[in-house]
Amino acid sequence: MQMSLLIDAGKCTGCVQCELACSLENEGIFNPAKSRIRIFTFHYEGRFVPYTCTQCAEAWCMQACPVDAIAYDAATGAKVILEAACVGCKVCTIACPFGTVNYNSDTGKVIKCDLCGGDPECAKACPTEAITYVDADQTGYERMRAWAVKTDAGSTAIA
Amino acid sequence: MLHVVIGAGPAGVTACEMLRDLDAAARITLISGEPEPPYSRMAIPYLLVNDIKEDGTYLRKSENYFPDHQIDVQHISVTAINPEDKSIRFEDGNSLDYDRLLIATGASPIQPPIQGIELPGVHQCWTLDDARAIAARALPDTSVVLVGAGFIGCIILEALVKRGCQLTVVEREDRMVPRMLDNTAGGLLKRWCENQGITVLTNTAVNQIAEKKNKLSVSLDNGNTITAGLVITAAGVRSNIDFLTGSNIDTDQGILVNQYLQSNQEGIFAAGDVAQGRDFTTGGFAVQAVQPTAVEHGRIAATNMVKPDSLSYPGSLNMNVLDTLGLISISFGQWMGNADGDSVVLLDDAQYRYLNLQFDGEYLTGASSLGHTQHMGVLRGLIRSRVPLGIWKKRLMDDPTRLMEAYLGSVQSLV
Ligand SMILES: Cc1cc2nc3c(=O)[nH]c(=O)nc-3n(C[C@H](O)[C@H](O)[C@H](O)COP(=O)(O)OP(=O)(O)OC[C@H]3O[C@@H](n4cnc5c(N)ncnc54)[C@H](O)[C@@H]3O)c2cc1C
Ligand code: SF4
Ligand code: SF4
Repeated sequence: MQMSLLIDAGKCTGCVQCELACSLENEGIFNPAKSRIRIFTFHYEGRFVPYTCTQCAEAWCMQACPVDAIAYDAATGAKVILEAACVGCKVCTIACPFGTVNYNSDTGKVIKCDLCGGDPECAKACPTEAITYVDADQTGYERMRAWAVKTDAGSTAIA
Repeated sequence: MLHVVIGAGPAGVTACEMLRDLDAAARITLISGEPEPPYSRMAIPYLLVNDIKEDGTYLRKSENYFPDHQIDVQHISVTAINPEDKSIRFEDGNSLDYDRLLIATGASPIQPPIQGIELPGVHQCWTLDDARAIAARALPDTSVVLVGAGFIGCIILEALVKRGCQLTVVEREDRMVPRMLDNTAGGLLKRWCENQGITVLTNTAVNQIAEKKNKLSVSLDNGNTITAGLVITAAGVRSNIDFLTGSNIDTDQGILVNQYLQSNQEGIFAAGDVAQGRDFTTGGFAVQAVQPTAVEHGRIAATNMVKPDSLSYPGSLNMNVLDTLGLISISFGQWMGNADGDSVVLLDDAQYRYLNLQFDGEYLTGASSLGHTQHMGVLRGLIRSRVPLGIWKKRLMDDPTRLMEAYLGSVQSLV
């Protein structure tokens, strides 16, 4: 069964537990700035929105990579950076229209969500179930896909 | 179905993969004019600083990738195309028939009309062969003159500095990367380079290169002369269309294509640096000559080769990212602005941070930046979605860094 992260922004209190868990898992430090999932704050509305890579079907990042350094993990559906092959050219960081693959100047390579190999720490750390890891067929996932399609206002298939 | 793809760069290789996905039974031939396995020019700077070996530049890494996908790769130059009998001719006189043809022959550097440009020790930086020649000469403490501070010039610049060369950059126009950065950002980039010991001469041209005691003597139009061990030219590129003479394929700067990336000749498509395709923000036709566009073209052309007129294409968004010794610059779309459009600029001169957003009415149509690296891809989402920004326009005008919030709030209606 394909699983995916489901984000219910309405439940997020902005506690940043997910950012801390992500940076600890992936970088070995508690540093929200190094997290692959980020909380965005909407002062006027008094809202918080956690956001990260949706492992979108188009995989703009993977397509744009000039050296085949982003791979599809068939087990999780994640698009995963292969650090050894990545040259740090940053083309993926401008190709992803969701802004969810980013340059890490400490390593000279890029980082993005890889679903922690199928057991995402952010979902486990979230105390309010704003982030859950669920069966990809659930409607929430379809909604996330619909947003992705809106962003891909690029090419339109007519056949 | 016989699919023939001329050119094994990112456009050609992506197209072959898409052809294979959509048509399992098709015969696919991929033709490269170079001896190496299909590789990425973009990776050459990383080869020059030994971050990777030559195989690190290969577009696909597993050894039998192309045979495994039944893609027949041939290494030979194509000299002519004959749409009438649907065949192409090779340099050895042989020919090959096709049902559908993709021309993805890329571009080549322009040789500036400078006396002495053909001397040994004067190189361009475009192919793996060029990279080997540069690596042999660009040794520590070698004086190197880089002619041209455009996008490609600036990409090689970093590699030359990291190799320990003494670098002088000569640019004819008034600033660095004039096709990507405005005066302010171009000026900051120049100061950044100068602070790292690079001599940057803008508004300066090379008059002549001469050989002098095993060295090269480079005369500038400001009257000065520089002695160099290596001269690298990066003065723009031009689509590889010369071999199309007599084929009746319409060309301008590149091959003229319609919204399906088909040329004026039925069954002949073009993709990548050789194609003059639609530009998403201007609506006009241009050779963008960047990697993401090449890949996008490859995918769309291949889809239409298998299913004619099935995938219409609103154009590629021009975008660039450049890392110059740690200062990262980015540009998207109409970064230079729209007539009567609003814009907002955020500048921190001392920290080399710059962000410039360009609007057309309620839409974001372009942006450029220095020193910003996080979530910058969302600019593509904001521009390509063509969603009116509503309240988010004012909020961006007040604080242009809130790009993710603007995207989540307007395009994805998440708040
Ligand atoms: C040093 C360097 C750094 C770069 N960095 C960046 C970057 O950071 N970001 C970015 O977006 N772009 C960058 N580019 C540009 C990018 O590499 C090109 O836009 C991209 O390679 C275009 O892909 P393409 O498939 O259209 O053509 P190419 O990659 O040029 O491939 C063309 C292919 O056609 C073949 N060919 C040509 N003529 C013939 C013929 N007559 N017969 C048979 N085969 C032929 C060639 O051998 C080659 O295989 C860089 C380029 C260089 C040189
Ligand atoms: S990083 Fe962006 S382009 Fe890549 S899979 Fe995730 S959402 Fe898609
Ligand atoms: S930064 Fe790394 S993963 Fe991203 S496109 Fe470049 S090589 Fe590929």
